[in-house]
Amino acid sequence: MMAADWEPIAQLASRVQAGSTTATELVKRSLMLIAEAQEYNSVIIDLSASALKRAQLIDQQVARGESVGVLAGVPFIAKDNFLVYGGETKAASKILSGFVPPYQASAINALESAGAICVAKANMDAFAHGASTENSDYGVVKHPFDQTRVPGGSSGGSAAAVALGLAPFALGTDTGGSIRQPASFCGVVGLKPTYGLVSRSGVIAMGSSLDCIGPIARSVSDAALVLDVMSGRDALDATTIESDEAGYFPIKKTPLKKLKIGVIKEYFGDQVDSDIRTTLEATLSKLEANGAEITYVSLPSTELALACYYIICPAEVSSNLSRYDGQRYGYSNPRATTLDESYVTARGQGFGKEAKRRIMIGTFVLSSGYYDAYYKKAMTVRTKLINEFEAAFNSVDFLVGPVAPTTAFKIGEKSKDPLQMYLADVMTVAANLAGIPALSIPVGFDSLGLPIGLQLMAAQRQDAALLNLAAAIEEMGN
Amino acid sequence: MARLSKNDVLKLARLARLELNVTEVDEYIAELNEILEYVEQLQGVETLDLKPTNQVTGLTNVMRADEPIDYGYLPAELLKNVPQVLNDQIQVKRMVE
Repeated sequence: MMAADWEPIAQLASRVQAGSTTATELVKRSLMLIAEAQEYNSVIIDLSASALKRAQLIDQQVARGESVGVLAGVPFIAKDNFLVYGGETKAASKILSGFVPPYQASAINALESAGAICVAKANMDAFAHGASTENSDYGVVKHPFDQTRVPGGSSGGSAAAVALGLAPFALGTDTGGSIRQPASFCGVVGLKPTYGLVSRSGVIAMGSSLDCIGPIARSVSDAALVLDVMSGRDALDATTIESDEAGYFPIKKTPLKKLKIGVIKEYFGDQVDSDIRTTLEATLSKLEANGAEITYVSLPSTELALACYYIICPAEVSSNLSRYDGQRYGYSNPRATTLDESYVTARGQGFGKEAKRRIMIGTFVLSSGYYDAYYKKAMTVRTKLINEFEAAFNSVDFLVGPVAPTTAFKIGEKSKDPLQMYLADVMTVAANLAGIPALSIPVGFDSLGLPIGLQLMAAQRQDAALLNLAAAIEEMGN
Repeated sequence: MARLSKNDVLKLARLARLELNVTEVDEYIAELNEILEYVEQLQGVETLDLKPTNQVTGLTNVMRADEPIDYGYLPAELLKNVPQVLNDQIQVKRMVE
């Protein structure tokens, strides 16, 4: 399918504000494109009724001469773990089928206040557990370039939707790479901001010390604008931090001269596809030719990071998913005769395999007798990893590496072996454990024509600098 | 280190309130052991001088005004998602015998 084109988001919004297009036209176009791309299964919840209503209100505001906002009339798609008015929110899980949220995520409220319109909810790995969308209870998402392949995950529906051009941008969540890896697989820009920069209120919790919300977009500048609107303190999420006073949009041109970029040695091991290595090396040479200083740095705990993640994440998952008990909302077993049977069967039948797997690992590592050896040890190794990042950022401004060891893999290739699927996260989890911002930007294609992404990381709260560098790389490529 | 037996997996499922069928139990024994074996590489890491990281923002004592906010919800609206409702209340199975 030919990907549909959209103008830059800022331009779309100013055209709506100026009256040279309307919010209704943009929403209708997005809805039409979504309907035409159904075979990819990237979207699972239709919000057309509420979206068209909002579009009409915005068009009326414009007609009255009111200023709508920097995202006036711009359609977007939210991953199905964001609570959004106008339809179901189920995190692509069976246990939440039919759940209609009585409140909405703060990030969605912020985007709506700026005039954006949520037109649909994207497919994902159920509860964001996965790296391929094969764990969705509503069917796998197909890769936009090759329908026999996965789009990555867990925000695979969001990334595929943006790559197909179904909307100018989408929202994703990133707990261990779930924005960056699908963005890389699908050839779009994906940003995981500094932990706490975007409120998690109203987003279905997975690993609360790791979860980040961010944009998936067609350009760095579009991603920066969306971050600019969503970021900052929120009274409903006590872990939120202040956003940069200078903001994130528009992008400030970064002179590449004098920038120190550290290539993470451990991210270029034998497990990395040779096409990825060659493509990234070419990009790094270009950066060097443009005046950046490229050095090699070591993050010795890279592999430990993955082990650390697969203790901490399931521990937090087992705790966060305990609320789905079939009593107050969600799937319930009407035939249960006792309270215990009601809990056990609602959870046993409602949760998919991966959710149950993570709940049990989490229950184990938090259980008496194993807590110190697993959970506390992982939390301590997390400190070691953070110290390594701090040391690295003392000598370089940015770190770079691949996003994943491979490009988009085949549907079914890893789904039979959970550990193999976990290993797909080896280059992305470290940024979540350290709470630092990281971004995936498309830099080329492999021999099969599948997109290759470059991962950029910066120190905590250096999101603006990260976006500026990404924009410079984007420009260099063209 | 720990090797999970069938009984261990059943106990974990019991603690986590998860009903598992026979096939699932067998699959999880193999898979959980494989995953635990992988994460056990942390056991050998020297961490004597390090403290565990509980959070990464460095924020402490985050406060907000303790004021009630009226969201204007109607009880009927909030009860729409509840599987079993009786007299505008959430109905659950008997908890105390």
